[in-house]
Amino acid sequence: MSILVGSETKLVVSGLTGREGSFHGMNNRRYGTDVVAGVTPGKGGQDVEGVPIFDTVHEAVAATGANTSMVFVPPRFAADAVLEAADAGVGLAVCITEGIPVHDMLRVYTHLQRGPTRLIGPNCPGILSPGKANVGIIPAHFFSEGGVGLVSRSGTLTYQIGNELAQRGFGNSTIVGIGGDPVVGSSFIDVIAMFQADSQTELIVMCGEIGGDEEERTADYIAEHVTKPVVAYIAGFTAPPGKTMGHAGAIVSGSKGTAQAKADALEAKGVSVGRTPTDVAELAAQMLGAAAA
Amino acid sequence: MDLLEYQGKALFAKHGVPVPDGRPARSPGEAVEAAEELGYPVVVKAQVLIGGRGKAGGIKLAQDRAAVEEHAAAILGMDIRGFTVRELYVERASDIAEEHYAAILLDRGAKMPLAMLSRMGGMDVEAIADRDPSAIARVHVDPLVGFQDFHARRLAFDAGVANDLVRPIGALLARLYDVFVEEDASLVEVNPLLVTTSRDVVALDAKVTIDANALYRHPDVATLAGAASDDEQERMAHERGLTFVKLDGDIGILGNGAGLVMSTLDVVAQAGGRPANFLDAGGGSKAEAIVDAVEVILSNPNVTAVLFNIFGGITRCDEVARGLVTAFGQIEVKVPFVVRLDGTNDEEGRRIIAEAELPNVAVEKTMLGAAAKVVELAG
Repeated sequence: MSILVGSETKLVVSGLTGREGSFHGMNNRRYGTDVVAGVTPGKGGQDVEGVPIFDTVHEAVAATGANTSMVFVPPRFAADAVLEAADAGVGLAVCITEGIPVHDMLRVYTHLQRGPTRLIGPNCPGILSPGKANVGIIPAHFFSEGGVGLVSRSGTLTYQIGNELAQRGFGNSTIVGIGGDPVVGSSFIDVIAMFQADSQTELIVMCGEIGGDEEERTADYIAEHVTKPVVAYIAGFTAPPGKTMGHAGAIVSGSKGTAQAKADALEAKGVSVGRTPTDVAELAAQMLGAAAA
Repeated sequence: MDLLEYQGKALFAKHGVPVPDGRPARSPGEAVEAAEELGYPVVVKAQVLIGGRGKAGGIKLAQDRAAVEEHAAAILGMDIRGFTVRELYVERASDIAEEHYAAILLDRGAKMPLAMLSRMGGMDVEAIADRDPSAIARVHVDPLVGFQDFHARRLAFDAGVANDLVRPIGALLARLYDVFVEEDASLVEVNPLLVTTSRDVVALDAKVTIDANALYRHPDVATLAGAASDDEQERMAHERGLTFVKLDGDIGILGNGAGLVMSTLDVVAQAGGRPANFLDAGGGSKAEAIVDAVEVILSNPNVTAVLFNIFGGITRCDEVARGLVTAFGQIEVKVPFVVRLDGTNDEEGRRIIAEAELPNVAVEKTMLGAAAKVVELAG
């Protein structure tokens, strides 16, 4: 199956006429994603390589039946674009934009909790279901279809781990970047629950990092609800307290949010934690090999 | 970004949170001038982004001009837990009857603002929690509803504040919430929240963290950002738009993507090395950014070897390789480099580096191999 995006995805891209939006939107289309519309206020009626542009998401949804939105607009407009997608009835919004003020995200998150729209991101590389659909900026050519569900707060680290798995012959059901911000639309728990229910996914790899207590809470969830094997990786063991390490959400506050605490919490609940990206791929390969034998 | 006490108090005053009258000062002369305006007694306070100022001797009461001059001279330039005092705040002294604690912060787990109040002010909040967790009243605030009177009443009654203080403390909390939202703060903390002998409530300290992503809405606060970093190398990186954090080791690190760079630091540490910095060259690292990054990394005299760890996605390894070759043409490089290029256009990137015949550059294919190599070269 795969999760979140697949052959049924009909994608509307907010910001399709921008430089980044058109580059990645068209990349997604070449991969096979059904890109049905773009939205840029004031440019309705134009097209980008044949994809029609609308002034509003509502018009785009009415005209094309788009069910997924990808938001590729600058930070100060991104929260509005996500709310617009939700208001237009899109079931899934994927927000790539980095740099959205956290108070904007608090309001967006709280509002979306009261409706049916799921948000992935912001500050994320998007979602790839190999062989089916790519929504975002994940370089798809490294990945093939397979049984590993991969969920991560980071982009390139995901590619690193995914590539090491690929070198060992393992593909992916879906790769989900949930984003590196302190407040994101979907959590590890949300995505892992979907992987647990997904028939294609045989093993789950979660890639966390310093900051917050998501990983600790995910450890409890896995112990109670997940029967599939899970391998974890945590980045940031050497991060000093009080410093934001690139991602807005990657910060050790006082003694809270350390990599060690997260790794300990996961291991205490029986989740294997790889010490390096290579170690993660090897652990996953061993488990999948054992399952096949 | 963290604000100094007086910068935070300026925001408090803007939103009607009561604070004692005060003036910033950068020299003993300015401190005296401030004190003369305010009237004695005054408190001379070190302005640094770290707690424990009082214990370190960075906060002194002064009854007259001579005392202000003496304390200001002693405190300026003082080192408080690694932070050099460059600014002072001279404040009219307050008479203290009780010390409470108030804060509003972003609760990442709940994804909501969390307001807190305690009667046990004056000590660290973690120390209060350790001593008696029930001494801290907490309420979550729905960000779409905002801070209401009932939130204030719940906090005040749960914290057990005196009846005559329920209203004034509630009003202060409501204004503090305005600071939190309107200034895009992720933390506003008042410790101590002072109750005077005449039963007024006043914010005697201010700890404010502003969301760096929201600085475009706050140009006044954004201008404080450059001066906030104490470290010259961090300022240099900031000016060039690089995501950089200085560390205390000797191996310079560059990578693309925050998660991969964090992971690179960890892998180098596991191999027995000590990273000198975190530097994320970004998702689409272009040649020019690489030149800037190499200059910043090498400006740290402790660096004895440099590791480039690139996994090309959007970033193209050939672009990174060209940037490195350009950098070597512009900068005299005296330390060995280890370059790991994998992913998009990696073969071309490695070819470019090989053909440039750069002195002292080792090319590695894997992350672990590169980490082991750079640790060996750093000595």
